[in-house]
Amino acid sequence: MRHGKYPFVVGFLFAPVALYVTFVIWPYAQAFQISMTNWRGLSAPQWVGFDNYRRLLDDGAFWKAVQHHGVLLLALPLITIAIALFFAFLLNVGGKSSGGQRQGVWGAKFYRVVFFFPQVLAVAIIAVLFQMVYRPNESGLINGVLMKLGLDPILFLVEPNLALWSILAVLVWQAVGFYVVLFSAGMASIPGEIYEAAEMDGASRVTLFFRVTLPLLWDTLQVAWVYLGIAAFDAFAIVAVLSVDGGGPDGATTVLAMEIYRNAFVYSKYGYASAMGVALFFLTLTFAALTLRLTKRESVEY
Amino acid sequence: MNPQSTLPPTPAALPPKTGEESAPGGRRGKDPRSEVRLFAGLGHVALAVWAVIVIVPILWTFLAAFKNTSEIFSSPWTLPAELRWENFGRAWTKAHVGRYFLNSVFVVACSTFGTMLLGSMAAYVLARYRFWGNRAIYYLFVSGLAFPVFLALVPLFFVVKQLGMLDTYQGVILVYIAYSLPFTIFFLAAFFKTLPSSVAEAGLIDGCGHTRLFFQVMMPMAKPGLISVAIFNIIGQWAQYQLPLVLLSNAKDKWVLTQGIADISVNAGYEADWSGLFAALTIAILPMIIVYAVFQRQIQAGLTSGAVK
Repeated sequence: MRHGKYPFVVGFLFAPVALYVTFVIWPYAQAFQISMTNWRGLSAPQWVGFDNYRRLLDDGAFWKAVQHHGVLLLALPLITIAIALFFAFLLNVGGKSSGGQRQGVWGAKFYRVVFFFPQVLAVAIIAVLFQMVYRPNESGLINGVLMKLGLDPILFLVEPNLALWSILAVLVWQAVGFYVVLFSAGMASIPGEIYEAAEMDGASRVTLFFRVTLPLLWDTLQVAWVYLGIAAFDAFAIVAVLSVDGGGPDGATTVLAMEIYRNAFVYSKYGYASAMGVALFFLTLTFAALTLRLTKRESVEY
Repeated sequence: MNPQSTLPPTPAALPPKTGEESAPGGRRGKDPRSEVRLFAGLGHVALAVWAVIVIVPILWTFLAAFKNTSEIFSSPWTLPAELRWENFGRAWTKAHVGRYFLNSVFVVACSTFGTMLLGSMAAYVLARYRFWGNRAIYYLFVSGLAFPVFLALVPLFFVVKQLGMLDTYQGVILVYIAYSLPFTIFFLAAFFKTLPSSVAEAGLIDGCGHTRLFFQVMMPMAKPGLISVAIFNIIGQWAQYQLPLVLLSNAKDKWVLTQGIADISVNAGYEADWSGLFAALTIAILPMIIVYAVFQRQIQAGLTSGAVK
């Protein structure tokens, strides 16, 4: 019965492994090596050791990008999770209860469908869309209203202090619906009797949320935080398309992915760009490890 | 300070059954009904506001696609004077949106098919067969989940170039497949493990080969999992921007939709065919709305089942 097992196993694994090693593993391995060279694409690469990394430390654009990741890393998960939790709570247990069954508010189904929709749109398309929304003159969606009301237009993407937050707002706009659905799934698995019992004891909606829902949802929250953190480390498409000349004005919205792309494919500094890639790799790894360590706690059994 | 005030209210002070807000008779200490009403009221406002924030930019884009340039610039909040379908024609042919759209369909169709075929084959073998190196190969794949694509961007570009696949469909398709494998295998391996082994054994005893067993018995049984992962991959690959930007940069006729529309908006903005750009955006968004409206349940389940591991 077991004859022909090995040819079969090899046959099934060969193509996937070959593709994966060629296009994923091999480039990853090379990235570390290229980051130690001064390769510019034309002549053979020369070994320069940690020179690229030393230059990174003095690179203003690099530090600006790291700083922006810091802002995004804190703000994106905090804002998105707060809004999504609030909505998910309303949609699942915010309404009245009938016969011990907690219900969402009226129209919960409709909201869940609408909120999720931005998730299926490509980020690059959303970025083009919001270029129109944010346009600084009266042809923009928001400024068109403001100027009709006789107010000064807001320079969403042009004002350096505002640009990163404008981009962050779009990321939140896109993400909220996904996490509403994710948290809804988590909340649906919390038994109704727990709410029932808490209410019997006179718990208010607010108490219910902080003392019952939140602790029982902890695992889902952790997943959400890691996912949003990874999104905060990426953000290439939105910065490349939405911001003023790719990371501008004057580097006010740049991210590491943008700098890697620019250094490699505009300036042909392949070695330097790879060093940034390695730096990004370690930042992501540190973030994931820290998150898992910091959010580790006894999960509540129910 | 009166220590009494810090004590929790005695059970007697509480209404007997707070669980039923609809119960008549409001002899309640803090009147939870008004609390509920206030909370639900505020909640409704918040939900409605967010729905407006999501819908209005998209609706506004659709309307602007029918306007002409002067309408777009003078009054962004009024309806178009007439339905100018020619904006769509201009976007589809002159701005090549039709071409980009079909490229996207072709690339995503091929790469999702390839991802599902190769991914399920590898996942199946890794999940259900014991052999030397099984765990090593599995972890090799799964480790790909942790790395950002940007780390590998530069070497990847040169690997594809050396293989002579830069600016070709097959280059992009193979790279999409390779980068979709970690999640696909991770998810499907777990799924194949849950399938009962009795069916597989019966098939083998009846003289069914391993390959036939996979395609005719196991794959149909794994359909729910396959659909979830396929949805995840289709949406992810459709939205891809970075990889085609690097791998197809010099072959404009092979550009995908995201790349094409971003290019119209970033580079051709000075030519100021705004209505054409709005029409292009509408062409990009509308099919997704239709597909989402039809498969809304499966899409939500597919994408979120990917997130909860």
